[in-house]
Amino acid sequence: MLGKLTWQAIPFDQPIPLVAGGVVFLILVAVVIWIIVKGHLPYLWNEWITSVDHKRIGVMYMLLSLVMLLRGFIDGLMMRSQQALAFRAPGYLPPEHYDQIFSAHGTIMIFFGAMPMVIGLMNFVVPLQLGVRDVAFPTLNSTSFWLTATGALLVNVSLVVGEFARTGWLPYPPLSEATYTPGVGVDYYVWALQISGVGTLLTGVNFVTTILKMRAPGMSYLRMPVFCWTALASNLLIVAAFPVLTATLAMLALDRYLGFHFFTDTAGGNQMMFVNLIWAWGHPEVYILVLPAFGVFSEVIPTFSGKPLFGYRSMVAATLFICIVSFTVWLHHFFTMGAGGDVNGVFGIATSIIAVGTGVKIYNWMFTMYGGRIRYTTPMLWSVGFIVTFVIGGMTGVMLAVPPADFELHNSLFLVAHFHNVIIGGVVFGGFAGLTYWFPKAFGFRLHEGWGKASFWFTFIGFYATFVPLYVAGLLGMTRRLQEYDVASWQPWVLAAGVGVLVTLVGAVCQVTQLVVSILHRDELRDETGDPWDGRSLEWSTASPPPAFNYAVLPNVQGEEPYWEIKRRAIETQQLAAEPDYKPIELPRNSPTGFITAFFATITGFALIWQIWWMVVVGLVAAYLVFVVFAWRDVTEYEIPASEVAAIDRARRTARQQWLDTHARVGEQV
Amino acid sequence: MHLNPARSLRPAHAAARHTSSCLLAPLRAPLFLAPLLFLSACDGILDPRGPIGNADGLIMLNSLEIMLAIVIPTLVAALIFAWWFRASNTRARYLPHFDYSGRLEVIVWAIPILVILFLGGVIWIGSHDLDPSKPITSRNQPINVQVVALDWKWLFIYPDQGIATVNQLVVPADTPIHFSLTSASVMNVFFVPQLGSMIYAMNGMVSQLWLQADRQGDYFGESAQFSGDGFSGMHFTMHAVTSADFNTWVNGVRQGRGPTLDWTGYLDLAKQSQNVQPYVYRTVDLSLFRAISTQSLPPGPGPKTGRSGEQAHPRPEG
Repeated sequence: MLGKLTWQAIPFDQPIPLVAGGVVFLILVAVVIWIIVKGHLPYLWNEWITSVDHKRIGVMYMLLSLVMLLRGFIDGLMMRSQQALAFRAPGYLPPEHYDQIFSAHGTIMIFFGAMPMVIGLMNFVVPLQLGVRDVAFPTLNSTSFWLTATGALLVNVSLVVGEFARTGWLPYPPLSEATYTPGVGVDYYVWALQISGVGTLLTGVNFVTTILKMRAPGMSYLRMPVFCWTALASNLLIVAAFPVLTATLAMLALDRYLGFHFFTDTAGGNQMMFVNLIWAWGHPEVYILVLPAFGVFSEVIPTFSGKPLFGYRSMVAATLFICIVSFTVWLHHFFTMGAGGDVNGVFGIATSIIAVGTGVKIYNWMFTMYGGRIRYTTPMLWSVGFIVTFVIGGMTGVMLAVPPADFELHNSLFLVAHFHNVIIGGVVFGGFAGLTYWFPKAFGFRLHEGWGKASFWFTFIGFYATFVPLYVAGLLGMTRRLQEYDVASWQPWVLAAGVGVLVTLVGAVCQVTQLVVSILHRDELRDETGDPWDGRSLEWSTASPPPAFNYAVLPNVQGEEPYWEIKRRAIETQQLAAEPDYKPIELPRNSPTGFITAFFATITGFALIWQIWWMVVVGLVAAYLVFVVFAWRDVTEYEIPASEVAAIDRARRTARQQWLDTHARVGEQV
Repeated sequence: MHLNPARSLRPAHAAARHTSSCLLAPLRAPLFLAPLLFLSACDGILDPRGPIGNADGLIMLNSLEIMLAIVIPTLVAALIFAWWFRASNTRARYLPHFDYSGRLEVIVWAIPILVILFLGGVIWIGSHDLDPSKPITSRNQPINVQVVALDWKWLFIYPDQGIATVNQLVVPADTPIHFSLTSASVMNVFFVPQLGSMIYAMNGMVSQLWLQADRQGDYFGESAQFSGDGFSGMHFTMHAVTSADFNTWVNGVRQGRGPTLDWTGYLDLAKQSQNVQPYVYRTVDLSLFRAISTQSLPPGPGPKTGRSGEQAHPRPEG
């Protein structure tokens, strides 16, 4: 009846996951009860859960990302503390638990921390910057989000029901085959990623279509903000790379469930095929994450430098260059498998060539600051911190791209320090920069600067305090994923990293405090005009938060910095552009399709993990029926009458006019 | 240094290893990298004890220097720009329309391209000269060692001497060692940090690695690819001794009371066990390595239940 699922799946003998899971469960129950008792359920259902508005979906992605970043960070704290205690001692986490922790840490951080962060930013920002009302397929977008949430849910369920994978964030066979890892851990991994992977692929399709087909009038490709360019490159990579991941994990699942022999030791299976395929997805994945972060910096740095982006066309070229070359470097993840001098040489050179694109970008950001009037708000601090950190991380990356150096550094803590250097310094700093930069646009009030700056400094210093010691430990020959060790010379560096992570913890606490304080003081932090940072791209021309339709009238774009030009004109002439002729606007109706599909996907995934076959069938059929019902819908859109559009837009114009009156002299300074 | 083959060899990190000063590390690093070497004390890949380790490390530091030559000025310039052009600095010139310069664009593309061109040469030559399967030439006859990665211990077979060891290596110093590696089950990586290059050991395949210890000493070795619950215990000590001591050791093992390793014994050894203490086999079936790597012998069995293997040889405290 319930497949492999029995009471033994609950780890009653392991207090840490049980208590953690129990506390989280109680908090969830309490929140749900509070929502129902207070009568917030209809609001949540109508305004958020069934919303197909790209802005709402973007916010939900960010929320998922922040929660998962905290979850993954707790795993990181446990790993650092275990290693700090594990010098010639067992520490407090036995191998079977420690192995789950580092596997969950990597999986959660990449798939459910970093990915939702960049996808959330793209969701919120791209349609606004393109000057359109929504993405190409709004209901599909909602489905993408809820499928991602399904994956995150399944990974977290594994904490208390069964176990998570003990095979690392990329489950290399034969270790991940049923022979060597018979439990449900790898199955949790496989199905969580398969389901969220479908969501991500649909996101890719959605955004490629949106960017290619749905831009405001006059917004030619070379007038798109660089964030949109990086979003395009990132989503092209998603469309090209995620099917590879899906196919690879499907083959692994066939091996595990039906006794196939794709990657097994026996019967002609080829374990190196898995390694090739997973990195053919895995390396583009790195750029899927970091390109949108580059896009964020390309928005933040010009805004706070008070200058246009330096070398716009160069930036676009470098972005597309990285997009293409990222598919030709995957073999550098296994130089040490003995491919020979020619193969290693070619992939080593290809890898270092990617650094050209990144180097060009770094210089262009520097020259954007050159001659600027830099305002050091929180997003700008994250950006400068990024430039410094990413240059160092890129340098250690090129060191690892030199095969003879990699022969000594592969899989060491030096490697671990390197990829945290680029992912934290690039993606996470970019995510936080984007979060603080666009937060006022999303909610109508700014985040508290003091707590934001405190968070930056603690995270920045904490990052170096954690990972510089790990670089050294790697040079001392310490490999990754050790549950205990007895080499005396490693210990001081492991202890130092343990202290460093505590500094980062202070940064994380500041980050949460910043959110709470800002919400409490939102009236003092209010953004009345919709343009709190003196912005340059279109999203700052609408109100904060933007109306559901984004723009009362789609903007007519005439340059690379459309809003900056509109603003200049308004300041010069001392008046706003003439009031447009308001027309009714049609918007897509909310739909519970995504949520209900994901609900059944969760059931299907859970049933597949525990091999409850009748439930698999029920889940799949139900998910398909939801889709059929959606496909048969009669009414797809609703209309906002012209009078309502006019009322909303006139309020925005009034705020703008007031701003213009008080800032009449700004124009004279320039 | 005299070795008593009857009992297990001395533990890792014996005093012999620390004969040379850390600051006289063989790598000719430039002065500004000296603090790094000092920090790293006397261990790991910055204190190499063989030709491969020397060459790998030299290339690593060379590529680091090549990049630092451009990275340091870049970082300094970035920080200067960021500081000088702060809004509160009234002496900085505001250039709100400075957003393109063809000359700068050429430089901006040229700098990374030139660096990578230079580095590309290093990469190409390095990956050929230092390919792990390339034999080391020496006046001394190389020693052959067959390595089998097991769950979770290392089996070292000396085909020419007809003996085998678990979790310890004894080799003559100043002599090339030719390792042939395979795995009985999952992937592992054979790595002796102070001697240089590492290489994967995989079931059904044989990889090749040449290393050499220039001087006598005890070198820490480990697996550098996570292989399951017993992974942390998969380390060993590589003792490099004089060739006379090596011969003495081999004879001692042959005449000692160690067990013998045949196919049946191997099937028992292939079962999962953690933190295995080093020991020796006085004879070994020489068809074993080929049988494992061609899968005539089946891959290791994996855990009996969902849990990992029991502690076959519990490690003493401390």
